[in-house]
Amino acid sequence: MLGFVIQRLLQAIMVMAVMSVIVFCGVYAIGNPIDIVIPPDATQDLREEAIRRLGLDQPLWKQYLTFAGNLMQGDFGRSFVYNIPVLELIGGRLPATLELVLISVLSATVLGVSLGVYAGYRPDSWLSKTIMAVSVLGFSVPSFWVGLILILTFAVNLGWLPAGGRGDTVLVWGVPFSFLTLDGLSHIVLPAINLALFKLAMMIRLARAGTREIMLTDTIKFARAAGISEAVILRRHLLKLISIPIITVFGLELGSTLAFAVVTETIFSWPGVGKLIIDSIGVLDRPVMVAYLILVAFLFVLINFTVDLVFALIDPRIRAGATE
Amino acid sequence: MTPLARFWSEFRENRIALVALVVVVLVVLLAIFAPLITPQDPYDMTGLSLMDARRPPGFVGSGGYAHVLGTDPQGRDLLSAILYGLRISIQIGLAAGGVALTIGAALGILAAYAGGRIETLIMRIVDLQLSFPAILLALVLVALLGQGKGQLIGALVAAQYAYFARTAYGAAKSERRKDYIEAARATPLSTRRVILRHLLPNCTPPLIVVATVQIANSISLEATLSFLGLGLPVTEPSLGMLISNGFPYMMSGRYWISVYPGIALIILIVAINIVGDQIRDQFNPRLRK
Repeated sequence: MLGFVIQRLLQAIMVMAVMSVIVFCGVYAIGNPIDIVIPPDATQDLREEAIRRLGLDQPLWKQYLTFAGNLMQGDFGRSFVYNIPVLELIGGRLPATLELVLISVLSATVLGVSLGVYAGYRPDSWLSKTIMAVSVLGFSVPSFWVGLILILTFAVNLGWLPAGGRGDTVLVWGVPFSFLTLDGLSHIVLPAINLALFKLAMMIRLARAGTREIMLTDTIKFARAAGISEAVILRRHLLKLISIPIITVFGLELGSTLAFAVVTETIFSWPGVGKLIIDSIGVLDRPVMVAYLILVAFLFVLINFTVDLVFALIDPRIRAGATE
Repeated sequence: MTPLARFWSEFRENRIALVALVVVVLVVLLAIFAPLITPQDPYDMTGLSLMDARRPPGFVGSGGYAHVLGTDPQGRDLLSAILYGLRISIQIGLAAGGVALTIGAALGILAAYAGGRIETLIMRIVDLQLSFPAILLALVLVALLGQGKGQLIGALVAAQYAYFARTAYGAAKSERRKDYIEAARATPLSTRRVILRHLLPNCTPPLIVVATVQIANSISLEATLSFLGLGLPVTEPSLGMLISNGFPYMMSGRYWISVYPGIALIILIVAINIVGDQIRDQFNPRLRK
């Protein structure tokens, strides 16, 4: 087991190193950042001085080494635009995004699994067919469009809910949260629905497919033959059996929801990391882009690593397969 | 009955899927013949008048005909813009899906057939990419490559080929172990022929399923990128851009600029997905009665 952990850990470190090179080179290939930082009427001296100060006169590999060295010490550089440390900038925006993502993924999972199990348990009832039809919609309709319709319906036409922003927040250990105030809650409802819809559809399908397959297996037949009530079969046996893929997807989706938050945050002007990255791409604020992508990559590597570990703990075959 | 005829007769049994297929064909035809149907060429800037901008559905503009779905902020007839936008969406979806399919299937089958180091290398890269959200990858690539159809397709391919590679790899890996491949390899047939004539045809069903889903995905991804202002140039308004153009006017009640292009987009994507769903169910042996 220790060997497996070390092997995976080395792999993860390799991946991060490769990612950091790709992201760095990729992002630094876009345009010339100096044009954005310096006004076009600046003197030549001023220009060169700024280039030197930002380290842009160095060859690319040297810039990378400096960057990687700083990264090791937790220094992600300073934003060209805001002129504050990038980590501070992203850290300040992160709570808003995490709040939105967690609320969306949690509610999508709870609701999605319940609906999906029902649809799989009674595949021919009209309610199941309706659930599945709606899930196809949730799967197909681009999330930016859902966001627009939510705004049009609930903010413009009905005027029930605000169309953007975070509303009143409450500081908990110095971190602002929206969902603790009524005003904040009303602000988070629409973006959370928007972000959750895709995950909801996915959870419904996953739970339904699992339920349909498992209900036909011998496990369930024997449980029924033993006279166990249907409710107990569903709760004890079925839920346990479908939980493994659902937990995996939950973990992986947490990461991809973070990525999708880019779209939702842009539409609802939610002041999170996603909005920050879109704005940064717009003005070519490279340190922010690089730091964001590396943080996301790190998050993904971390999630995958954890999922691998959990699986290895559950399933000895995976452990054995890794050492061959 | 040939397998294809059997497949078709089974497909026909699902009414909803049949309707969806008809819708897909219809939309594609509308897009192909857009220049013949539409009252206006939305790319011809000289034919546009700002006097006609942001008019509600039914408005009769300077062209002398009614704008059935209204006009956009540039004074384009929305119906014409939508049909031309569909052309772009479908083109990009097919091109990106097709190229991603080819590259992905080639890599996946190569990995499964070759084994060893090549297999490890290819699949490691593919898995690495799959763990990263496609939308983020496409976003960064489009920002990197700049605007344009070619760049956009490139970004979409890079974001999506991994799905095909994973699917082809899985299928080819399990086919590879079967006796008929061993038998084919025992004959003096060239490796190329074994792969193309024996292995590939047996890997196609799952690839077809992934292809339908991914074409719908590229269309939706393209619209999302265009909506975020990172897709195509303004001179070629895709559906995503039309929606994005209308967004600021939605607050003042001019809903049609965003809503109608969105409906067109959704009809197309939903129909493709329903067809894909039916195909997948038909290929899934576990659901066979």
